[in-house]
Amino acid sequence: MNLLIRNARVIDPASGLDGQRNILLNNGRIAALAEANASFKADEEIDANGLWAFPGGIDLSAWLREPGLDHKATLRTETRAAAASGITTLCYQPEPGANFDSAAQVKLVDDLSQRKATARVLVVGNLTQGLKGEQLSNMGSLKKAGCVAVTNGWQPFKSLQTLRRAMEYAATHDLTVFVYPVEHALAAGGYMHEGEVSARLGFPAIPSAAETVAVAQTLALASHTGARVHFCRLSAKLSVKLIRQGKDSGLDITADVAAHQLFLTEMDVSDFNPLCHVMPPLRSSRDRDALREGLKDGTIDAICSDHQPHELDAKLAPFQQTEPGISSLETLLPLTLRLVDENVLSLPEALRKITSNPARIIGSEAGKIAVGAPADIVLFNPESLWEVDLNALYSAGKNTPFAGWNFNGAVQRTLLAGNTVFESPHPSPSPSRGEG
Amino acid sequence: MLNAHLSPGPLPSRMQLTADGKLKHFLTIEGLPPLLLEEILDRAEQFVTLPNKQQKKAPLLRGKTVMNLFFENSTRTRVTFEIAAQRLGADVINLDIRTSSASKGETLLDTVRNLEAMNADMFVVRHEHAGAAHFIARYCAPHISVLNAGDGRHSHPTQAMLDMFTIRQKKGSFQPLKVAIVGDVLHSRVARSQIHALTTLATGEVRVVAPKTLVPAGIEKMGVNVFHNMEEGVSDADVVIMLRLQRERMQTALLPSEREFFKLYGLTEKRMQLAKPDAIVMHPGPINRGVEIDSQVADGSQSVILEQVTNGIAVRMAVMSMIMGSQAGGAA
Repeated sequence: MNLLIRNARVIDPASGLDGQRNILLNNGRIAALAEANASFKADEEIDANGLWAFPGGIDLSAWLREPGLDHKATLRTETRAAAASGITTLCYQPEPGANFDSAAQVKLVDDLSQRKATARVLVVGNLTQGLKGEQLSNMGSLKKAGCVAVTNGWQPFKSLQTLRRAMEYAATHDLTVFVYPVEHALAAGGYMHEGEVSARLGFPAIPSAAETVAVAQTLALASHTGARVHFCRLSAKLSVKLIRQGKDSGLDITADVAAHQLFLTEMDVSDFNPLCHVMPPLRSSRDRDALREGLKDGTIDAICSDHQPHELDAKLAPFQQTEPGISSLETLLPLTLRLVDENVLSLPEALRKITSNPARIIGSEAGKIAVGAPADIVLFNPESLWEVDLNALYSAGKNTPFAGWNFNGAVQRTLLAGNTVFESPHPSPSPSRGEG
Repeated sequence: MLNAHLSPGPLPSRMQLTADGKLKHFLTIEGLPPLLLEEILDRAEQFVTLPNKQQKKAPLLRGKTVMNLFFENSTRTRVTFEIAAQRLGADVINLDIRTSSASKGETLLDTVRNLEAMNADMFVVRHEHAGAAHFIARYCAPHISVLNAGDGRHSHPTQAMLDMFTIRQKKGSFQPLKVAIVGDVLHSRVARSQIHALTTLATGEVRVVAPKTLVPAGIEKMGVNVFHNMEEGVSDADVVIMLRLQRERMQTALLPSEREFFKLYGLTEKRMQLAKPDAIVMHPGPINRGVEIDSQVADGSQSVILEQVTNGIAVRMAVMSMIMGSQAGGAA
């Protein structure tokens, strides 16, 4: 069974391709890529005139909750949200209550995904057992079971020695360590960025130093152990500078940022909005600008959603009593493309941050439109205007502060390994509009 | 349903006023217009009890039910709210929530819904978390008004207004004044509300005086000058407001000892001599003698600490009557 996508504007950041092409898909992979006038015969054709085609997004962090926390969300609901928003690969972020100590647990998620998922689900395994920060996890078996990286998430380590040994052991198995940089002694008891707004609202706060101290320590350990480290969710200006220096000195490191950190600041918490309660906290506009700068110059490799769907009650309380996190899967692509409108990144650069760069970080062969690559493709209608509507979100978590935001361009169709996993209910632009 | 629950609410400053600018809730001083603060002070004048004169009943709240919801303990604030409401003719119900529903696991929202069902007209709320009063105001039935009696370290607006009332009584106008707020600003909701009130009323200079560990980063943005030296901070001041220093602060590496704090920041007669000769000394209470303030100063002729307490009743009556006046069918 093969499928031809005709006349799309193909944008592939990995190869630098940007032009009208026909894409032939066969057996879940891209079989050929040719000039638009080339003639292929296919069992089925999609006329993609007026649409963009780019690789399906790869999200380095989604808290998928199932099994264990399925009152918040399930693999079915969240991969549906991914497909509907042009994300075809999700890295399952472990957390207390839903994490991966053994190959069997990884296999359980694989089996569940086989049956229910409309996106690829890749597991990030535990760095320490139960994420308790004491004993090393069975990284050798986790790697064999298909884990793409290991992490301790936001959970603290018993000591720096534990982190050091865990990094060494991960390096032994050629596993990338996803480090969430936070010095818990400095962050403990805090709920928002320590700055002008926390001073005004009287919130117990988390200083930027809680992150930068940990970044500096981890850089020193990366240098010492030679481990490959990926820094997750940078939020502070000085962190960007430290990572830049680390990269300049030749360390094998990468970094990501959550999309919302590029648009929201501490000011968005001024009205006690629990939807903006997130970890790391939304920081100052100077930090936000430095994060954008870091994306531009390549210090920050990837943009992720850090998707954290919650049930309604988790956010229905005074700010401090609410659970942190934003349901952000469905705004990952729109916010990333908004960086193009705001002249932060070019279109291929923006797409690279959610396709080929994260693919490189997790060693995935997806994230590109090239012959032989998995046929994970998004057909995107750049002309469609839409507004984020909580009731129209596919995710089980409706906790987003972006309700009411307007975006240009929407996903028309999403293909995962050649199969259509989402098709927009709105019609695609007519090829014969004759508008000239 | 979803949108009502999860869309961003109105800004707190706007939520407090009705469409025609009347006080609907009293949650924070921040964002309130100066004229409204002056109206509160003017109205409080009418409620001040003269010594040896029987309190005139002003039954503006007759038939109304005021519920004091105290999630955190308090004696003075709760009692003065209770007296204020009673003098206005309201029925007052005191609920000590710590010992009832909250300890049984009921959510704040459920507690509020249940009390609503008992025909409350006004909630007076004290809660350990910043934003709790806003939260209740946002989700309670539209006919109910919420009066913040202290939320976390955020706001304590009636305390600030009674302080403003006391300052105006003694000093007249705010414009020429230098006001020094001394001590644990970091943990003080009173200080934050005082700063908003003083800057809104165009006070000449507002200072905060404390070591760096007790001053939150970024407080200058609220329009204050920060001093780390007590002598400089009180120098030439018209009003010196001392904040309560809680003893547990010594255990959290914020301060070395009570003795050193008193030595460097305690208000003594000698330090008061650096202020203007007619300067007044204030304290929101309860005071720690010998920790932040010397007894001779606390009980001295420049101290207005007990007058603050008395004025608290009049100011709370003023705020309650204004809020009830904004309610449909209200009496005022």
